Amino acid sequence: MITRRIAKASAALAAIVLSASASAQDLPRQKVELVAPPFVHPHEQATTQGPKIMEFRLVAEEKQIVIDDQGTKLQAMTFNGSIPAPLMVVHEGDYVEVTLVNPPTNSMPHNIDFHSATGASGGGDLTLISPGEQVVLRWKATRTGVFVYHCIPGGPMVPWHIASGMSGVVMVLPRDGLKDGLGKPLHYDRIYYLGEQDFYVPRDEKGKFKTYDSPAAAFMDTMELMRKLVPTHVVFNGRVGALTGKSAMPAKVGETVLIVHSQADRDSRPHLVGGHGDYVWETGKFSNRPETDLETWFIRGGSAGAALYKFLQPGIYPYVNHNMVEAFELGATAHFRVEGNWSSDLMTQVKAPEPIGIQALAR
Amino acid sequence: MLLAWKIKALVAAVVAPLAISAFAPIGDPWPTTSHVPIPDLVDLRPGAFRYRASGDFTREGNPAPAPIATVAIKRTLAVMRHQVTAADYSRCVVAGACPTVDNEAAASDRPAVNVSWRDAHAYASWLSRATGIRFRLPTDEEWVFAAASRFKDDVLPDAAYDRDPGLRVLAIYDVEAGRRARGIDGKPQPIGSFGANENGLLDVAGNVWEWTDTCFVRGVLDTRGETAATTVNCGIRVVEGRHRAYVPDFVRDARTGGCSVGVPPSNLGFRLVHEDDAWSKLYLLLGLAQRR
Repeated sequence: MITRRIAKASAALAAIVLSASASAQDLPRQKVELVAPPFVHPHEQATTQGPKIMEFRLVAEEKQIVIDDQGTKLQAMTFNGSIPAPLMVVHEGDYVEVTLVNPPTNSMPHNIDFHSATGASGGGDLTLISPGEQVVLRWKATRTGVFVYHCIPGGPMVPWHIASGMSGVVMVLPRDGLKDGLGKPLHYDRIYYLGEQDFYVPRDEKGKFKTYDSPAAAFMDTMELMRKLVPTHVVFNGRVGALTGKSAMPAKVGETVLIVHSQADRDSRPHLVGGHGDYVWETGKFSNRPETDLETWFIRGGSAGAALYKFLQPGIYPYVNHNMVEAFELGATAHFRVEGNWSSDLMTQVKAPEPIGIQALAR
Repeated sequence: MLLAWKIKALVAAVVAPLAISAFAPIGDPWPTTSHVPIPDLVDLRPGAFRYRASGDFTREGNPAPAPIATVAIKRTLAVMRHQVTAADYSRCVVAGACPTVDNEAAASDRPAVNVSWRDAHAYASWLSRATGIRFRLPTDEEWVFAAASRFKDDVLPDAAYDRDPGLRVLAIYDVEAGRRARGIDGKPQPIGSFGANENGLLDVAGNVWEWTDTCFVRGVLDTRGETAATTVNCGIRVVEGRHRAYVPDFVRDARTGGCSVGVPPSNLGFRLVHEDDAWSKLYLLLGLAQRR
């Protein structure tokens, strides 16, 4: 009797699930070409369109990369070749349909856990594939915000794959766009995605960073170092200085920039030197009212946050993890390069440096 | 005129020979040249050249290009043909006169790097004692004179002196970004890898920057562009190479712990000079005679 009732109920449930998935199948589809961070693929901020199935393709790629100016090499693991992995933008109520590919040239199984998805380890249980396989997963974006995704192949592989570069962000926007918490719409002219990454590169007896031929060769030494929880590098965009110099992120005075920041492992304290956070979703979830006028905010390990800022002065704005040891010694510094006109009202050097007590020179 | 230099040049001219004569006859009159070879030196004959001052300058409250003036090197200047090698430096360490620094090996064919101004200064003192020849770090003027065409006047573009602080920062940043893009291999190379300049000096402006004895100066220019006042900070010394840099005297590796903006020197090393004078000529001859 009981068994029959359960069987009936589960049949009914299955029917509901099937019909729901059938209706999802009927939605219009949109294929999105992902771009490498710090850039984000083109997208609507507020949308008048109905829900869609948003199609993305992620390819796991194991490769050796250089992570600092001294030429230190890392056996990296990536989605689509970049660290961090690309940022994907959808709207609340959209379905995210991801094709995950593990090319035969790779050496390890990979999968993906979307913090924004519900059930089955964020999809991790349904996406574990070996080299030479691919899998398609669809999940519904039911909560708004910026959410981390990462590889989660099980056991010690989890922290190792993440510390080797396999994490990114999904941004689920409210269908009517961002709001200030009092109903006023917020808009951005540019969006940058800064994935902060900790690396653990073993050293030899002389203290020099070691190089390995394959991920497997690096595994034991790297795990031993990771267990001490002291990274050798903490970087934005996969290497020390990746977003500085000629690769500094451009903006203009008067433009509003949305800065999405993720850290899949460790806590971080983003700070824009010379600027502020006008509106900050520190925990990254847009159904919460953003905080305003922040100096430094907090990104919990395993989460993403978003900060909106309108640049008011030209110049170079270092964007740092304001644990300055990490910013200056380990690499967690990026630069915004902002053009425009200087506001003397906001700041003026009243007197240039000169010896104490000097008589004013003829002007 | 540039009073500060005049005074500095005067002081150097007066004090240096005094120091040598005060030092040389006292102590060990027979230097241990058998243990410490006299370095290979290149004599540069006196001369005059156009020199852009090191340091930061302001004029009417704005950053301004450093002034240019004619500087005369009045005596023959003997300059080490190559940078002090790791092996050279390690002799000083073994003698207990220099601090241990992080060099990969005491290679005889590679420059000593990871050397602070203080280390270089200690080495100069030890080498002077050991050879009886008064060695010292060059002044920035002397370095530029010796570097000849290898010296790059890295005066910034006009925008770097604009009244708009934003423009200034961006102009300087773009120069730095260009330098970074032309990045060079940081590993010290065998002596001679970067060739000789027209004076026969090896590896000038290669990938090892060289300490000078010149202190960091912040100068205020008057309306005619002449130095009206200076603040001298000898905790920071001028370092020369592919570009000029100002580095605290205790720093051994300018790459680590650098600024958030700016390209630091790849390596810090040095070469020494000595001014021509009777005492060192004599010792040099004696030393050479002993070696033969």
